[in-house]
Formats: sequence, structure tokens, C-alpha cells
Amino acid sequence: MNLDFSAIFETAPNLLDQGHAGLAATAVIFALLYVSKKGKSEIVEKEIEVVNEVEVIKEVEVIKEVEVIKEVEVIKEVEVIKEVEVSPKLDSTSPAAALQLLSLLQQEARFIDFISEDLTGFADAEVGAAARVIHEGGQKVLSQYFTLEPVVNQEEESPITLPAGFDATQIRLTGNVVGQAPFSGVLVHKGWKVAATKLPKLAPGHDLNIVAAAEVEL
Amino acid sequence: MNQSPRYSVGIDLGTTHCVLSYVDLHSSDSDNIEPKILAIPQLTAAGSVEEKNQLPSFLYQAHDAELAPGQTALPWSADNQIVVGTMARNLGSKTPIRLVASAKSWLGHGGVDRHSAFLPLNSPDEVTKVSPVTASKYYLEHLAAAWLQAFPQMPLTEQDVTITVPASFDPGARELTAAAATDVGFEHLTLLEEPQAAVYSWLKNNEDNWREQVSVGDVVLVIDVGGGTTDLSLIAVTEQDGNLTLNRVAVGDHILLGGDNMDLALAYTLRAKLAQQGKNLQPWQIQGMVHACRDAKEALLNDSDLQTVPIVVPSRGSKLLGSTLKTELTQQEVQQVLVEGFFPQTPVTEHPVAQARTALTQMGLPYAQDAAISRHLAAFLNRQHDAVTELFGESEQDFIKPTAILFNGGVLKSDLLSSRLMAIINGWLTDADADEAKLLTGVDLDLAVASGASYYGYVRHGKGVRIRGGIASAYYVGIESAMPAIPGMAPPVEAICVAPFGMEEGSSTQVTDRQFGVVVGQPVQFKFFGSTVRRDDEVGTHLDFWAPDELEQLPEISATLPIEGRNAGDVVPVTLAAHVTEVGTLALDVIARDGDERWHVEFDVRAK
Repeated sequence: MNLDFSAIFETAPNLLDQGHAGLAATAVIFALLYVSKKGKSEIVEKEIEVVNEVEVIKEVEVIKEVEVIKEVEVIKEVEVIKEVEVSPKLDSTSPAAALQLLSLLQQEARFIDFISEDLTGFADAEVGAAARVIHEGGQKVLSQYFTLEPVVNQEEESPITLPAGFDATQIRLTGNVVGQAPFSGVLVHKGWKVAATKLPKLAPGHDLNIVAAAEVEL
Repeated sequence: MNQSPRYSVGIDLGTTHCVLSYVDLHSSDSDNIEPKILAIPQLTAAGSVEEKNQLPSFLYQAHDAELAPGQTALPWSADNQIVVGTMARNLGSKTPIRLVASAKSWLGHGGVDRHSAFLPLNSPDEVTKVSPVTASKYYLEHLAAAWLQAFPQMPLTEQDVTITVPASFDPGARELTAAAATDVGFEHLTLLEEPQAAVYSWLKNNEDNWREQVSVGDVVLVIDVGGGTTDLSLIAVTEQDGNLTLNRVAVGDHILLGGDNMDLALAYTLRAKLAQQGKNLQPWQIQGMVHACRDAKEALLNDSDLQTVPIVVPSRGSKLLGSTLKTELTQQEVQQVLVEGFFPQTPVTEHPVAQARTALTQMGLPYAQDAAISRHLAAFLNRQHDAVTELFGESEQDFIKPTAILFNGGVLKSDLLSSRLMAIINGWLTDADADEAKLLTGVDLDLAVASGASYYGYVRHGKGVRIRGGIASAYYVGIESAMPAIPGMAPPVEAICVAPFGMEEGSSTQVTDRQFGVVVGQPVQFKFFGSTVRRDDEVGTHLDFWAPDELEQLPEISATLPIEGRNAGDVVPVTLAAHVTEVGTLALDVIARDGDERWHVEFDVRAK
């Protein structure tokens, strides 16, 4: 999620005396937690208001909503906020799932074989024949292991209106991006989302780097 | 544990696939019983396990050097040298000498000793052989382990299990199926004929209105064309106390003909086409071709506007371009090979062509020699022309006229083939001035047998309509006539009925007016016959003449009287008794006339 909290971090504590600073900080942390859970920008605005008013009763409400009362004591210092600010945590993905998918694509669709080949010098008919292998197999892999559905279920190149608070991870705006929501535009690509994944389970110690074993006929 | 089973489990132990379905017997909402399908974890490639609704009935015995340790781990066991399911089928397509396939067809094949370990057939001595019974046991054990994974507190062996068998299975094949299940440890086992299971699934899916779809006097023809076999049954609808009753009145012969034959036929057509262009295929390419034809066939059969489907067989090496074989399968070829080859529009009087087998044949499965399903069907309807005479009091002269049809099996999922088959049957009916039959729908052609079986387990608790039937064949023991020897002629055989047609489960009969002599301490073999058309013979009926297609000779049966308490070589006067067990198998016993000793008669004579 690309939400910009820098404004809150810079301004909010300055408005407060030290005593309230801790409370404000917790409120922001919980606002963060809350927002990352729900992922809606409306709520962000709401929480900011709470911070500005610095009303103790309201803080309690916020805490209750998140239901992690224990952490209030732990995070008391403003520094914590700074830490969050300077180190945006990036997850590194595990290669296991990628290797598994590669192996499935090779098995069913000869994906690596096809992509590794130099196409120059081959007639389109030959490329076409090989493309059928990869298409048929790739289709099998997609339908067997993933349930795909469009993000926006409507005809492409048709008009669409996006209300305020639409999810920017699901829908990307392009072109003349100005003004405020609701936005009106044309659906260029309906998008894809994976509704369910059902990858094969792996035996412990299975070497995923071998995406296709060499084959020797006796 | 003596508590009553929680689930009714139906197992479709198929020639090419196994499916497991279950119904909760403790469900409070009895109107809302829905058979569920168990997803079966299985190896799909080395080190990788997937859950699938179907477990391919293949068994692969990997070489020690073939799979690295830990590559065959399943959720319930770390190492499996014997692989079952999808991976077994895949490995076996490249190394057939280690693959056991079609174990079920071997179970139903009376020409071999089904207890002996001979599969994979003709493979090198180094490969451990298993018997068809053991192979079936492996599939059932895999299912039991998968079940335990899903229901850790309730082992499958303690549930109410119904295993389906082809209606055409002889008593020996049924007993062997039950034996495989007993070996696994199933405590509450019942066998059910597959076409009946399909009907149960139809009854379940049309719970609200099946009584409006059929009425008294209807004859339902069930046609089940699976991967490896074609199975036929007739169900007559009668009335008792104002309720509709279903009676299974006839079953067909064991026909080894199914969807796999169709894929092969197409692949060989394409091979011939390529050979004409000067391209000769290697065996592995034909394998790939069969595979590609399966998908292409489905595409062409489901869309008659589609003219051609490209068939691509990729190269074996990593270079795809230039060495990938491409050809195409046309709508016309599918029409000619499948529709005309397997479903020709033949008159009802035309029956399968039986060719004399050449003297030198390899030991193998007795595949149907005539691929025309319509001719097999015509023969069945003719042979069973008076199947409902007793129930409805009217006799058909030429062939029995079904009024409704229920399809089952993956092949008939194709609209083109199912409507073709409907057209053929309706053509026969119209020519005979009978009304056209209607198609009963509402079953999942792949899963109906398993779902129907689990629903049957539920029905057996007295909660729905049961199909009546009993045994679909009368059984006879052959005795050599006492007459002066004529040089060069085998003494004629007489047949004595030991189990009449329609004997219900749990009932017993005994031949009282004939006695036989059995030598103590030596195995005594009897000739054994079955008849699916002689409905009126009672126990003890004595036949000295029958038409060639009335009685079918089954594998010989044998009994050995132990020596205890007698002298070896003595002849003991005995009589024969038959009993249909609760499981659904036929048991034959030899009873001493001078005492109350009983000895079991073996259906499957072990080769010595």
C-alpha cells in the first residue's frame, strides 16, 4: 500500500506537549495497524482527526477497536515512529514457489525449452507448432493450480466510474490523472486476480532447483 | 470398536480411475443428504503431491535407482517404492515394464489364475510381480490412507463401505474384489453393480421428481461406457402398495471396450496418415499421440462446427523447434473412426462379429473383437427379449424395448456420441412400431458411480427407494453324464442349477434331489456355468441340452475335502448348497450327506 504518512509524523507530535505525545504516537501506530488491516483511505482521514483533537476518551476508543491494549505500554516513545519512518520493510519472496511454478510450466508446457531457443531461422509454421505445446500446457497449469478471475468484471473499452476510496492496488489510473474521485474513465484492461491457489505440496528436502531432471533411456 | 459407522462410503474401483464418495449417516437433516467426493492426495511427480478427485488405477514399482530417497513421500508415509495414481501412470508411460494397469479387467478375466502374481505382464524377472487382487488392494489402501488423513478419528475400515463392480462380473471376480477389500480390513463391506450405482445417483439427484419421470411398465436401459469397459443393465419399473418399485431384471456380458480404445483408434488413424506422408513414428511418439488425441477428441466431439484440431507431439529433447511433430485431427476422421466405428447405425438384428482367434495368441486380456458398441447393445436387447415377461406379463418376440435410457461413463459426456446412441436405439424402436425412449438426465457421468454407491449405503438404512435384483444370473454345476464311453468323444455334460436367477442376498438354497461323489483328499473340479437368460430354472433343475448362447461356461470351480476323520481316496456322497452373502458374493458349499460337515468351494481355481 502506498499511503503517505509523512505529514502526520512531522506535524502531529509538534502540536502536542510531551505528555500527550506518547498517546498521540500510540494512536498513530494503531492507526497504521488499523489502516494496514482495512486498507481504506477514508479511515486514514478519520484517524488523523483523532490525533489532532487529542481527546483521551477517543484514544481509548481507537485502542479498543484494534484490541491490542497490551502494546500501549510497550510503545511509549516518539522514537518508535521515527524507526517506522526510516526503515520501510520490504519482503523478499521465497524462491521456492517460483521454482515450483517454473518446474510445472516446464513439465506441462516445455516453457524453459521453448523460451531458451533461438527462434531465428525457423519458419513461422515451426514456431507455431511449438507455440501450441506451450499454450496447451500453460493453460493446463493455469487452470489446474490457479483460479483466475478479472478484477473488474465488465467489457473492456467501456466507460467506468471509480468512487472515492477505490483500491489503488486493484485498479491503476493512467493518463490524465488529476482532480478528485469519483473518476470517470475507460476500462482498458480488466485485470486479473488469483482467487485461489492450489499448488502441489512438496516432499521435504525436494531440490527445487532441478526444474527438469535429465532423462536417460536404457 | 463397536459403534455404528458414521459414514456411508462409496468406492468406484474403476479400470482406469478410482473415486471415493461419502455420506454422513448421522446428518440430522435427512432431506438434505449430499454425497461428497474425497480429494485424494497422490504423487503427481517426484517429490510433489496433489489432491485430485480421481486416483488413476495404476501401480508402478520403481527401480531402486530410479527415484531419490524422499521423492515418494506422501502425507502418511515417507517412502513408497510402490507408487499409485497419477505419477504411476506418468512414469509407466515411459517405462511400461514396471507399470500395472487394468488390474480390474484382469480380475474379471476367468482365463487366468487371478490369485497368482503375474502383473506387469511379460516384464523382466527382476520386476516384482503382483496379482490383480494385490493391485486392487494397493488402490484401496491408498484410499484408506487418504481417508484417514481427512478423518483422523474415523478409519475407513470402520465405515460402511460399498465398492462397485461391473454388473457383468462373475462370482469369482466379485469374490476376489471382496477379498482385496477384506485384506485391507474393511469391516462393513457391500458390493454394488455399477449401473445400479448410476441409477441410485440419478434417484438422488432427482429426489423430488423421479416418480414423474418414470412410471409403471417402464424399462430403463442403463448404458455405462467407461474407460475400459461397457456395462449394460435393464431396470423395470413396477408398483407395490401404491409405490413405484425398481427391479434390475438383466445385465449384459463383460465387454472390454471403452474410451481408451477410442483414443487408440484415433492415434492409429493418424499414424497411418503420417506413414502415407513418409513419416514413421517412434513408439514414444505414438504414446504422445494417444494423449493428444484424447484432448482433441473431446474438443471435436463437443463442437461439431470445429473442423480440425492440431495434434502436436513435442520432441523428447530440449530442442522443441524443428523436431516437434505436428499433424491434425479432422472432424471427418472423428466421425469416421469414432462415430461410424464404435457407434455404427446398424439394424437391431446385427450382432457382434466374432472372429476365431488364431492359434498363436499372446496371453492377454480378452478385448472385445468387434468395436461396434451398437452391435453389442443390439445383441443384449435381443438376448434379453423376455426379461420383463414375468413382471409385466407380456412377451416380446424379437428384442426388449426400453422406454427410458440412462447414460453413464466419461465417453457419453460427448453430446455427439450420446445423441448418436439415442438415435440408434430410437431408430430400432421406431422400426418396431414402439415409442421412442426418453433420456434420463441429471447425473455426473464421471462421478455418478461413486456418489450412487455412497447414497446406496444410506438407502440401505431404510431411507429411500432400493433397487431389487438379487443375482443377475443363474448358476449351474456341470456333471459328466454316465454313459458308455465313445472313442474320440468327450462324455456329454449335464448342468444342474445350484443358484437360481434373482436369488436375494442373505438367502440360501440346497440341491436335495441329486448327490455327487467327492474323493477325499484330492481337489475335485467342477465345470461351472452361468446364464443371464434362464430365469425360471429352480434349484436342482437338470439340463442335458441348451442352446449355445444360453449358458456361458465360467472358470472351473474346485473343492478339496480334508482327510481328517476319513480315509484318503474314499468317495463321500455330498450335495451342493449356495448362499448369497450380505456382502453380495455367491458362496458355494459342499455338504456331506452322512454328516453336517461343509466345505467351501473355490471359484478361482489356483493353477498348480
